[in-house]
Amino acid sequence: MQTKRDVTATGESLVDIRDLEVHFELRGGMLKRLLGMDTGTVKAVDGVNISLKRGEVLGLVGESGSGKTTLGRAMLGLARSTKGSITYHERGGEGQTRERVVSQLKGADLRSLRTDLQMVFQDPNAALNPSMTIEAAVGHPLKIHGIAKGEDLRPRVAAALERVGLAPAEQFMSKYPADLSGGQKQRAVIARAIILDPEVLVADEPVSMLDMSVRAKILQLMVDLKKDLGLTYVYITHDLASAKFFCDRIAIMYLGRVVEIGPTEEIFADPKHPYTKALLKAIPEPDPNKMVPRDLPRGEIPDAAKPPLGCSFHPRCPEAVAECGWESRDLRVLLEEHWTRQETTSYEEEQALVGSLDRLDDPQKTVTLGSGADSARVRGLLDRIRQENPSEPLWSGVDEISETGDGVEVRFHQGFDPELRPSGGVEVACVLHPKPVTVEPFRPE
Amino acid sequence: MTELYDAPVAARDDNAPVIDAQDIRIWYGSERGPVKAVDGVSFSLRKGEILGLVGESGCGKSTIGRGLLGLLPPGAEMDGALRFKGEDLLALPKKEMFAKRGAELGMIFQEPLTRLNPLMRISEHFEETLRTHEKSIGKEEIQRRALEVLRLMGIPPTRYRSYPHEFSGGMRQRLMIALALVLRPAFVVADEPTTALDVLVEAQIIRILHSLRSEFETSLLLITHNLGIIAEACDRVAVMYAGEIVEIGDAREVFSDPQHPYTRELLRSTISLSTTGLNFIPGAPPDLVNPPTGCHFHPRCPDAMNICATRHPVQHAMPNGTRVQCWAADLAHGRAPDLTEDDTAPLVREEISVADEA
Repeated sequence: MQTKRDVTATGESLVDIRDLEVHFELRGGMLKRLLGMDTGTVKAVDGVNISLKRGEVLGLVGESGSGKTTLGRAMLGLARSTKGSITYHERGGEGQTRERVVSQLKGADLRSLRTDLQMVFQDPNAALNPSMTIEAAVGHPLKIHGIAKGEDLRPRVAAALERVGLAPAEQFMSKYPADLSGGQKQRAVIARAIILDPEVLVADEPVSMLDMSVRAKILQLMVDLKKDLGLTYVYITHDLASAKFFCDRIAIMYLGRVVEIGPTEEIFADPKHPYTKALLKAIPEPDPNKMVPRDLPRGEIPDAAKPPLGCSFHPRCPEAVAECGWESRDLRVLLEEHWTRQETTSYEEEQALVGSLDRLDDPQKTVTLGSGADSARVRGLLDRIRQENPSEPLWSGVDEISETGDGVEVRFHQGFDPELRPSGGVEVACVLHPKPVTVEPFRPE
Repeated sequence: MTELYDAPVAARDDNAPVIDAQDIRIWYGSERGPVKAVDGVSFSLRKGEILGLVGESGCGKSTIGRGLLGLLPPGAEMDGALRFKGEDLLALPKKEMFAKRGAELGMIFQEPLTRLNPLMRISEHFEETLRTHEKSIGKEEIQRRALEVLRLMGIPPTRYRSYPHEFSGGMRQRLMIALALVLRPAFVVADEPTTALDVLVEAQIIRILHSLRSEFETSLLLITHNLGIIAEACDRVAVMYAGEIVEIGDAREVFSDPQHPYTRELLRSTISLSTTGLNFIPGAPPDLVNPPTGCHFHPRCPDAMNICATRHPVQHAMPNGTRVQCWAADLAHGRAPDLTEDDTAPLVREEISVADEA
């Protein structure tokens, strides 16, 4: 059926993603919309640059809410980009390529793109129409793109099914999704994705809904297909273990950004971004000698509509320093954390002293706590909290605590948002990388 | 299968099991006949112990968890002996079982958002839970106890009057654990408590579950399909296949020296950071209406012998202390002296096609 392409990663770009942003406007309430008030934006993908090389397996790894799925969907034009570009270098005859800017395509042009770029979805139960037979579902792309119809469909569907291990194909063609097991359904979904002979498969968590003993089978199938059909993969996953096995290159994503990208071996041998390190440590391994690590990042991935100032990982980062972008909301978390360690009576006392924490909810670099009358006691409280855990990274980001007439003013250090910079063989977005070079001051003899 | 006793029932002392389940069987009615979801399962749990129950979907692990708490759906039947602190739970009238649930037998579910009432504040959830079991409890006492358990879960007291939607996924799961623990039950079933969570949050929850024994002395049955979680959180592990426990023992022993071929193959097929090649178990789990004769695993077992297809193996203790239900393990450790040469000859099977896998 399909012809084999040369498969080794050539270094030649197949898809170029430049400064890509996918922002979703929040609709907000009726009143806000009527008055035209700003309802906020979720920055699902916020400035991503990646080149997908021909023949490679690129992993997009991150927690839910990191933007990895949105990025994958944007590559197929399934999510509209609000800024930046995605360019697909389509292979024409005689080694020529034709550039197609995915982010500008519409209608029929966009649809025709999907003969070259296809997607495998996470949940095979939802990806297959329960009232379509496997034959109809797998043959559907051929009909939609007008490549085959009627008599010609059947042999091509049969070939695709056998290609993914659903053999003999006659046994499966007349079945409905409900008659198949989870792994068989995912095989059918993959058959539907490869029937158009695409160049790129975007696989969004293709094995995470499956049982442990089945995952390896589906991954093996994807490895075989890559070899036989010369596919290029984008493998979207939250599971670093399968990414380590499957990918040539890995991009670690956090809150819409790529925070670390590089060759798989290098990322695993020497993870640089504190988030990558944390993800690696947190993977539960079936090894009884490994215990749950103690120094895991606290909290969870923040609201993408209100990302933290500076580096978005800083509130959870165990290695954060002064420049990471400390702000009022971090102080709120610190106070709340302190109160989880206090008896109810002292909590109530301290809470009354500090006043409502709601004023810390808008990101600010300077905040005032308490009132003028209690400023000495509020300051005493902050000092006590600091003594409880002097190594808490937040304190490095506090420039000054002063008593003013209105209470205690806390001023945070000016932070900055690190860009991806080369460090060793990878690129990292972290103020700690590359390690700052200390220049010897010039000393005249 | 009658000698499945996993620990001798001791006299009433601190070492006596909190939960003692012997030969539990659970059937569901179906159009094609009874589905034997749980088929003769025995285990016991001591005070403060964490037992992991691991297996693939459809092996009956969730059914056991619900069966222990009397939460089986209509149309299911349960048989066997189930003792909680020496008291026979299966003989208990419905009303008394209802009173026990929550107060002494707790449950933590997989998806916290579907278990919390979106219209009720967290404080109201605690009020409802505590008032159901302690009618005369005062508001201040409710708040004191709720804040105490929330504090242990790392949820700040400032959030006590918030609504469920104001919390993140990991916080909600901690709320569920707090709600289950506020009544200080002696036994808790946690059914896939981290499956819906991200890996960093999952690690936080595992750490909390791990600390339950010291804070609450709770015995925990942790049901999961993730072998990594079992290795990190549990003292002992029970591996289930097709409605039966095929191997049970100290988690360290089971993971470092698995005796049952299914445990071994399951560990081999798990993709971990040290994976260099892909392994998998051929075939698919059997239909529980009509399970295979002999050992349920024999059609997929790489070590299968002739005897495996005809006679059901009996659970035996192995030299490393685990209890295993497998002819091949029996043979390897001299626990099956009466097997003939024909019995132990490798089983000849039809090849399993790729399509039947998965």
